[in-house]
Amino acid sequence: MNAINTPADLGPMRDYCQAALGRQKVRFLVCAGTGCIAGGSMAVYQELQRLLSERDINVDVELLYEGKESDAGVGTSGCHGFCQMGPLVRVEPTGTFYTRVKAADVPDIITATLDENSEVERLLFKNPDGSRSVTEHDVPFYNRQQRIVLDKCGTINPEDIRDYFAVDGYQALAEILQHLSPMEVIDIVTASGLRGRGGAGFPAGRKWLGCHKAGGSPKYVVCNGDEGDPGAFMDRSVLEGNPLAVIEGMTIAAYSVGARYGYIYVRAEYPLAVVRLQKAIEQAKQYRLLGENIMGVDFDFDLYIFQGAGAFVCGESTALTLSIEGKRGMPRVAPRPRTTEVGLWDKPTLLNNVKTYAFIPDIIRRGADWFKSIGTESSSGTAVFALTGHIANSGLIEVPMGITLREIIYDIGGGIPHGGTFKAVQTGGPSGGCLPASLLDTPIDYDSLDEAGSIMGSGGMVIMDENTCMVDVARYFLQFTEEESCGQCVPCRLGTKQLLEILKDICKGKGRKADLDLLYELSHSVHGGSVCGLGQTAANPVLTTLRYFKDEYEAHIFEKRCPAKVCKDLISFRIDEEKCAGCTLCARACPVSAITGEKKQVHVIDQSICIQCGVCKEKCPTKFSAVECVSPKLVMEVA
Amino acid sequence: MDETLHNLLAPYKDKSEALIPILQHVQGELGYLSDEAMLAIAGTTGIPESRVYAVASFYAQFYFTRRGKNQTKVCSGTACHVKGAARILDTFERELGIACGTTSEDYEHTLETVACVGSCALAPVVVVNDEVHGQMESGRVGKIVAGLNTNGG
Ligand SMILES: Cc1cc2nc3c(=O)[nH]c(=O)nc-3n(C[C@H](O)[C@H](O)[C@H](O)COP(=O)(O)O)c2cc1C
Ligand code: FES
Repeated sequence: MNAINTPADLGPMRDYCQAALGRQKVRFLVCAGTGCIAGGSMAVYQELQRLLSERDINVDVELLYEGKESDAGVGTSGCHGFCQMGPLVRVEPTGTFYTRVKAADVPDIITATLDENSEVERLLFKNPDGSRSVTEHDVPFYNRQQRIVLDKCGTINPEDIRDYFAVDGYQALAEILQHLSPMEVIDIVTASGLRGRGGAGFPAGRKWLGCHKAGGSPKYVVCNGDEGDPGAFMDRSVLEGNPLAVIEGMTIAAYSVGARYGYIYVRAEYPLAVVRLQKAIEQAKQYRLLGENIMGVDFDFDLYIFQGAGAFVCGESTALTLSIEGKRGMPRVAPRPRTTEVGLWDKPTLLNNVKTYAFIPDIIRRGADWFKSIGTESSSGTAVFALTGHIANSGLIEVPMGITLREIIYDIGGGIPHGGTFKAVQTGGPSGGCLPASLLDTPIDYDSLDEAGSIMGSGGMVIMDENTCMVDVARYFLQFTEEESCGQCVPCRLGTKQLLEILKDICKGKGRKADLDLLYELSHSVHGGSVCGLGQTAANPVLTTLRYFKDEYEAHIFEKRCPAKVCKDLISFRIDEEKCAGCTLCARACPVSAITGEKKQVHVIDQSICIQCGVCKEKCPTKFSAVECVSPKLVMEVA
Repeated sequence: MDETLHNLLAPYKDKSEALIPILQHVQGELGYLSDEAMLAIAGTTGIPESRVYAVASFYAQFYFTRRGKNQTKVCSGTACHVKGAARILDTFERELGIACGTTSEDYEHTLETVACVGSCALAPVVVVNDEVHGQMESGRVGKIVAGLNTNGG
């Protein structure tokens, strides 16, 4: 079977693929997400293949499709989400879940699995209480999650469409091509309550309806995979781990709005996502799932990949379409027609986020009511977050809307590592805000986060501990938006620059009392006067840190002190005479030779040379801990 | 027009809508967009030179000067920032002897920052010649740089 010539072929195709994969008794699935590859997962994959072949086991997938049985096989999967514990290997059908696997561990894994019917204890996830978890379901990081979009990412091979067929892939498209009119599909999407996952949360059904009704031809369906929010990788993982779900979702959208062509706009920094998408599109074409007469019916849809060129503002819908057209990506100025009416090449265009499309096949197959039953009244379904920063379990998570920040951070994330204390959680990237401990019980949904001064955003969630300076965080984001402002409107171009300059001054200890009022005033002007979402939300990091962490601003301005000891101009390093053992490690590591002292003698830092790089503190053995960081700065003694 | 450039651009004659993919393709092959390449792109596509430059200069991906043989990108995304990316960058600047955003005089190294490479769970992250190094510590920088100097140099 190598094509879907009528929608009715799809059921048999699923059975065929399931049967073939079922001929393999055991399958080692090695995570080939970007994180695990960086950790060396491909060496693990090759070692598995080599050692299985040595045992004369046929690991070739094609032979399964020819009807041959096999004792074991090796496959790659997309991201499991728990990147920090990678490289990850999952054994099917038992679901045994191995973490931090190295090529040298492979012989033990094979022996345990194939000969002893057991597990390699040392590679199982170790819980905080010392016990081990055998499968993902036993790991606290996973068992509080509810995975829909991410469900298949770690269990199928994203480079083989037959794996996707085996897990009901394309059943949704077959279903609608046989039984539903475009309007009926849109009604389901509307009834599901699905809101756009790109940040603003616009109801997807309403957008689809707008594009469906718009006159003009050809129409376009565009997928926003720009993911410019720094500190986020949800869309990347979905595109790499289950590209066909996005493609099927887009194809269903194209059928519903009457689009002939589609584009997936992928961020420049995501080369692996592009490769996986290219393969997926290629295979979908082969099987008659893209192109002319899809599944043999009167429906044509072609899909192209467009690689972004490194501009955050191109995530904005009008800038994105201009960028595809080969122009500078500068958002169109309001009042302007909706993208659904006048979009790409001035034609009606449906533009949604990666995850928005990825939800669609499940919503069609399982029904609007099923989706609506998950989450909250106003925000249905699940939310995907990249949980990063100072958090014990860092990675990609999917949770029902309405769960609280506390549950995410402590139950799933395992809290703050190294005995640290929680200070803030940042959501929504440069457009979002930082929320303090007092708001940890805020439920995650579009409206509650908005109210707290942040936004849901597209899924970045960065946890910050007490060693994070909130003024520096605000400065960090303003530096980002100032650089990324497209420059066409004055409030954004000059306003972000001025905000940045004030914040830099405060970090340098040059802040003045009047700066606090000035920051408020400027923030409101930039918010009110900017053309697009970039400028309108650019001040959010400033406003939320001012609202919840004003004491830190005041310490910088009035005491010239950085409480978190981050801002270099406000800190000094000093060696405690009582504790220094004269081991010379710091002096040898100091890049500017600011430390003097003989062996076994107390060492001294020359403050006039010190550049506050902190290497001495890092190098000082913990048993001495003689180097300390102080703020405000030590007053230099004049000789 | 030089031969390589001519062959590269041949499929794009009068294809003005493909400007960004053309720029990407040319830079991918030649390493950066030289004046000659920019003029050739304008000539081939029929887009005015000023517009080719306007578009190319808008996007961070495009370079107009020759780059180093080894490219080091220190992630400055949020997750990496709060986990000490600034210190990693300082260390690279010192070890390589060049400032961020510049190329060494012998064209051996280019050092720059990038806003998130999507491996945030491994923060802080550095990408050296397309290889991702996660959970970086400043103590590891020297070894990475030494590896570049011996292999690449
Ligand atoms: C400056 C700026 C950057 C944006 N970046 C993204 C992005 O990276 N990905 C995304 O899906 N939406 C982004 N958006 C939101 C899009 O404009 C648009 O609302 C969204 O892609 C629509 O899809 P959705 O309805 O499925 O959420 C951005 C908006 C602005 C103003
Ligand atoms: S913030 Fe550095 S990889 Fe995302």
